[in-house]
Amino acid sequence: MSDDTPTRLTYREACKQAIRDALNRDPRCLVMGEDVGLYGGCYAVTKGLLEEFGPERIRDMPLAEGVIAGSAIGAAIAGLRPIAEIMTCNFSLLALDQIINNAATIPHMSGGQFAVPLVVRLATGGGRQLAAQHSHSFEGWYAHIPGIRILAPGTVEDARYMLAAALDDPNPVLIFEHVVLYNDEGDLDPEVVSVDIDSARVRRPGKDVTIVTYGGSLPKALAAADELVGLGIEAEVIDLRVLRPVDTATIYASVARTRRCVIVDEGWRSGSLSAEIAARIAEDLFFELDAPIRRVCSREVPVPYAAHMEEAALPRTADIVAAASGLARPQ
Amino acid sequence: MSGKLRIDREHGQRLLREMLRIRRFETKCAELYQAQKIRGFLHLYDGEEAVAVGIMQALEPQDAVVSTYRDHGHALARGIAMGPVMAEMFGKVEGCSRGRGGSMHLFDRSARFLGGNAIVGGGLPLAVGTAMADKQLNPGAVTACFFGEGAASEGAFHESLNLASLWKLPVLFVCENNLYAMGVPLDLEEADTEVFHKAQGYKIPGEQVDGMNPVAVEVAARKAVEAIRAGEGPRFLECRTYRFRAHSMFDAQQYRTKEEVAQWRERDPLERMRAWLSEGHMLEPDELSAIEAEIEAEIAAAVAFAEAGTWEPVEELEKFTLMDEVPS
Repeated sequence: MSDDTPTRLTYREACKQAIRDALNRDPRCLVMGEDVGLYGGCYAVTKGLLEEFGPERIRDMPLAEGVIAGSAIGAAIAGLRPIAEIMTCNFSLLALDQIINNAATIPHMSGGQFAVPLVVRLATGGGRQLAAQHSHSFEGWYAHIPGIRILAPGTVEDARYMLAAALDDPNPVLIFEHVVLYNDEGDLDPEVVSVDIDSARVRRPGKDVTIVTYGGSLPKALAAADELVGLGIEAEVIDLRVLRPVDTATIYASVARTRRCVIVDEGWRSGSLSAEIAARIAEDLFFELDAPIRRVCSREVPVPYAAHMEEAALPRTADIVAAASGLARPQ
Repeated sequence: MSGKLRIDREHGQRLLREMLRIRRFETKCAELYQAQKIRGFLHLYDGEEAVAVGIMQALEPQDAVVSTYRDHGHALARGIAMGPVMAEMFGKVEGCSRGRGGSMHLFDRSARFLGGNAIVGGGLPLAVGTAMADKQLNPGAVTACFFGEGAASEGAFHESLNLASLWKLPVLFVCENNLYAMGVPLDLEEADTEVFHKAQGYKIPGEQVDGMNPVAVEVAARKAVEAIRAGEGPRFLECRTYRFRAHSMFDAQQYRTKEEVAQWRERDPLERMRAWLSEGHMLEPDELSAIEAEIEAEIAAAVAFAEAGTWEPVEELEKFTLMDEVPS
């Protein structure tokens, strides 16, 4: 399949190609959600797929997140392989009951008699001036829940290949696509035709401080690492990729070397995924640390509309530089 | 009592036997609850047996069932063996959900019994989904989805009826209207207390059925299932029924009078069915005694099975949180 894959494409195109591949590969697979067909997807990810695959496999649904999620769960239990789309994770709060009380519990509660091999795609995050009901990041919340896998592709490669791995997994998998990444371009390595959904990745090696992040904050962390070079600091950037279960081994291996850690998370600080990772480092790696763990998170407000206010509410590259340089003295 | 259905001796006795199995089983459950063999919540189906038994007559093995937290009757009428159901209530690994679910969450893959769901209305979207998959992968199969009238207040109810109708999905919606959502009476709960009217609002043919009469339920269910199997889309039955006992084992029943309960007890589906069969010379006293003895023996065996059951090793606590494969 790598023959006809352009080496350079956008995150959006990568998501679409992943869906197209899935539909071509497995007749049980279908896309279901609001505006996935005629409209082409709220963020244009599924544009053109209705013409290609028809209305049975690209199913426009009523604006009813509960039954989108719930029917996808039932369909997965009964043998289909649905890719449900919920426009943004803000709307997924209307589907929480189905995702948590059914998808995440039925395999365990039934004593392993039923699996829920379902994929839900959701847009997440701020940065497009969409205000407080379209800009929040709830992936950290979902990562609290046993029984589901949480993915956050932060690169074009992951956007392209995580979906196939998610569909191969027998469990409910939620994929959070960050809205500011859709237009980003990246290169696909023709040698890579699949990715795992278990491990974190070192996106940039460094020895002075570890920056742990994921999704829409990854480009900010990489930009911060570039700036830190000018301060004589070599930052290692870890992309979590998988928010549940978290690959702590990769984090620990890095922090054990750099002895310093900054966690960047677009969720709010209180009770966040960053809090969980900081706690684990503190529990398991306390004596390896040379400095306190720092966190760069969203400010504890609903994300506002005005551009300067929104920017101030979300993690900024400058905040990451400040946090990292405050920990790591130039050698 | 027979509607359009001709009920012969065997058929009539089967309906009675199935209802009696549920009634006696639950009487034993209540005893075992007092004895603290069964813990947690225990919601008895006492009074509503005709609904489960009537509906199940119309179903085939290929069909799926989605149930509620008041699921013992559905599970037994669907044919899940009594031993594993009782063992589940004991919390034993031999239980039909390995002791993971308890009374409210009975599951059985071989019976396509997709669980008692303890979120009111939570099973309806699931049923829409199984029907959607069946339409493509298992044509002719029906999903029977049970819920109480309390569920009609939930958004999930409306979302599910709309989608099932829009996509003409093979779902039999079975509303067990026992007049109280826990303790909230129907007229404090619904702007329109005729619940089947809501189905008509979604262009789903629906009707109200005497849920205290297994034959009436069976007649309605057969008709509905036939239409569903013929590809005509979902059907909706509002079975008017009554729960004789408390909502769960913790309920002082201050929301209804003893007189009301007594009036409904006069319509006890078991007693009515027994009387009807006797009057029609389809049930002799010794036949009834034989049925009762069979059921008592089955219950005794189920209790013995549960007692002899084992506890799942604590080492398995996390097993099935994430599955290794999709069971086939």
